[in-house]
Amino acid sequence: MNLRLLKRLPPACRRPLTLIGSGVALLWLLAGLAAPLLAPHDPLAQSLPRLAGPGRGHWFGTDALGRDILSRVLYGARVSIPLSLTVVALSLFVGGVLGGFAGYFGRRVDEVIMRVADLVLAFPTVILALVIAAALGASLQNAVLAILLVAWPPFARVARGLVLGLRSQEYILSGRLLGFSAWRSLRVDVLPGVLGPLLVLTALDIGNATLLLSGLSFLGLGAKPPIAEWGSMVADGTLQFDSWWIGVFPGLAILTIVLAFNFLGDALRDALDPGTAKTIGTAKEHAA
Amino acid sequence: MTEANHAERTRPQRAEDQRDILDIVGLTVALPGRTGTGTTVLHGVDLRLKPGGIHGLAGESGSGKTMTGLAVMGLLPPGARARGRVLLDGEDLLSLSAHELGAVRGRVVSMVFQDPSTCLHPMLTIGHQLTDHLRHHLKIGRKEARGRAADLLGRVRIPSPAEALSRYPHEFSGGMRQRVAIAAALACEPKVVIADEPTTGLDVTIQAGVLRLLRGLCDELGLAILLVTHDLGVMSAIADEVSVLKHGRVVESGPRARVLTAPRHGYTRSLLEALPGRTAT
Amino acid sequence: MMARQNRLLSVSDLVVQHRRAGRRPVRAVAGVSLDLGAGEVLGLVGESGCGKSSLARAVCGLTAPTGGEILFDGRPMRPLGVRRRAPALTGVQMVFQDPYGSLNPRRRVSAQIADGIRAGAERGERGATKLTPGALLVRVGLPEDLADRYPQELSGGQRQRVAIARAVAARPRLLVGDEPISALDASAQAQVARMMRALAVESGAGLLFISHDLSVVRLIADRIAVMYLGRIVETGPTAEVWENPRHPYTRALLAAIPHPDGAGRLPVELPGDASDAAAPPSGCRFHPRCPLAFEGCDREEPQLAADGVACRLYSS
Repeated sequence: MNLRLLKRLPPACRRPLTLIGSGVALLWLLAGLAAPLLAPHDPLAQSLPRLAGPGRGHWFGTDALGRDILSRVLYGARVSIPLSLTVVALSLFVGGVLGGFAGYFGRRVDEVIMRVADLVLAFPTVILALVIAAALGASLQNAVLAILLVAWPPFARVARGLVLGLRSQEYILSGRLLGFSAWRSLRVDVLPGVLGPLLVLTALDIGNATLLLSGLSFLGLGAKPPIAEWGSMVADGTLQFDSWWIGVFPGLAILTIVLAFNFLGDALRDALDPGTAKTIGTAKEHAA
Repeated sequence: MTEANHAERTRPQRAEDQRDILDIVGLTVALPGRTGTGTTVLHGVDLRLKPGGIHGLAGESGSGKTMTGLAVMGLLPPGARARGRVLLDGEDLLSLSAHELGAVRGRVVSMVFQDPSTCLHPMLTIGHQLTDHLRHHLKIGRKEARGRAADLLGRVRIPSPAEALSRYPHEFSGGMRQRVAIAAALACEPKVVIADEPTTGLDVTIQAGVLRLLRGLCDELGLAILLVTHDLGVMSAIADEVSVLKHGRVVESGPRARVLTAPRHGYTRSLLEALPGRTAT
Repeated sequence: MMARQNRLLSVSDLVVQHRRAGRRPVRAVAGVSLDLGAGEVLGLVGESGCGKSSLARAVCGLTAPTGGEILFDGRPMRPLGVRRRAPALTGVQMVFQDPYGSLNPRRRVSAQIADGIRAGAERGERGATKLTPGALLVRVGLPEDLADRYPQELSGGQRQRVAIARAVAARPRLLVGDEPISALDASAQAQVARMMRALAVESGAGLLFISHDLSVVRLIADRIAVMYLGRIVETGPTAEVWENPRHPYTRALLAAIPHPDGAGRLPVELPGDASDAAAPPSGCRFHPRCPLAFEGCDREEPQLAADGVACRLYSS
């Protein structure tokens, strides 16, 4: 199945936006991985001069404590990228499992799970994440948890819709008539049909998660100083408005990675079309 | 309606002294292929149709019977290359421009499809669709068009036609929808109707009604029908002439009774032998 | 007739009702009783919307009956729930109408047929473990090497044969075909129907063959039951029903079949449309379309009599 997916990718890959997206995402991944080698300075080391503009020695300048911005931006990739991937993977897992159960078992299970999902969806995502993060206390783990709590319902919705659509498929009924257990039926007949569209949703959501995570850090609800995290670095920049480089470089980092992930998500969606468009369509019908 | 034996009525004489309304000679159609050479889907098909006659085109899926119908409608897929002649009322369709074809389509020839819902707009009333169609082609006023539309529905034996005009396609049963589609095809008084599997998917009791309607239209209005169907039973019920297509070639052609009772080609025989409905003789 | 307990399948007074949001429920099956013995083929015939599919699904346990009883092998058929189907009940297998929906598009043909073999083995059928997907493909008239393909690579007819192979692999005691041939090319229909009969009868299984096409059903069925708007209106041995139909609806159905005899006979039309199953007519359900309806048909609902006809013409 995965091989088949890859085979279908090329046409969508040829688009410039996709190439740019994958190039940028790859660069950031490498940057994050190789940060200790690439970074000219220790991201936490404070040294003079403070608030130095971009130039030799400090290409991106230094912040109010004299820390090297370039090194901090590079190290920041080690925080933002893995955490957003984690939070999206967790949302996919939690939402997919809950939504899958809701769709497959129906009745009360469905009722309970989907009402909770509706409850979460009824609030604006960012504000709810803020409230939860504030209530849990400021830390990166809590920010991840807060985002997970607001991010799973869309996954549950789509998973439920897809499963509902599949559940009445005759091949699933045939399997049940042959004595498949619910577990086997879900694993063999349902899961492969649901995975593709859900992965697209996941890819499209990574950018969102990155943005939300930096947003929480920006507001002081995520990463705590002195950790090099893009959102909190932008926040630092707002305190030193005259030193534009403090906020702009981490801001650019956020911008590029979010765009890159979105381009990749689009490409993945198009690569799976028209099948995905169709299944997501039926999923929406069932979700209504 | 009188009973069954329309075949014994006067048609043969009437048909003989009239020239063919549709005359297909050596029609060869090649579709563009991925390899560049293209695939030939019709090989020199000959076929003629007289006013008031029904010519049945039989064959399995992929034999080219639908393609023949599309050629007569001037609706070959883009890139298709056709040779031979398709004389419709004396005019060679293959030599016409796209614009001229548009004028012929609907006025001289129209089509009835297997699934009537594909040609009826689900959100518009039957009356709306029929009158639009009539006004566009015949350049007549709204009121006159509505009157004609009601006449048409009556002609295809839809009960209380005037009322039916204000209903939507989904309010009709499958059989009635197909009648409406036939009415739409008849709107501009075409001389030839291509009926592509017009009763496939209908219940037999409903199918019987539609077949009777088609036969009646030919007998009463002198309409000629090119009946494309895989169902030899349907063919036997209403066609005058039968051609059997295989891989784009006409393997056998002749009067219905001869082809179905004494087939000369092995393929026709095998088609007949595979049928369950064949009554033992 | 055998005692009812000995019958492979015994359906009595079955009612299947479909609920619809905000509208009156549809009583798709409105009191149907039928029996089927081992090695017997029962053809259930009716036009679209007569409830034959609902009946088939209830028999297989895919829908829960609203009323009545379905006994398989003398034990009640339990509707399929969340739990795994009891091994004994995997003795009922179904072949669906749409060959495009009944196979998992993401699994190889061999894996899907192997599921059937496993089901048979788990039920402890003798010889089930000796079966292989390849051998089963051959039995349904397909080349063995199709086993490695995915369903997308097969034609509709081939898929339907694969679906039949999978059902047969489970060594069913009762095989239910819900319009299994109506999606096939005309020339293949009779062949596939005959094959299903052979496969079922050879293994001593019963076959409930559902179709709208009486001319195919009569080729393979021992008995025919004709259904109209949720009820059986006539039942009897195939030859009798085919040659001497008694219920006006059966007669209309037979008269409407066009025969490829070259005679140019127009089939006889049955005027009107089947009534809405949500609001069936009073009295005999067929009376609004019946050419022979007489005084009282709109009030009294005839029951299926011992002679196999539910019509007031024949009640003394």
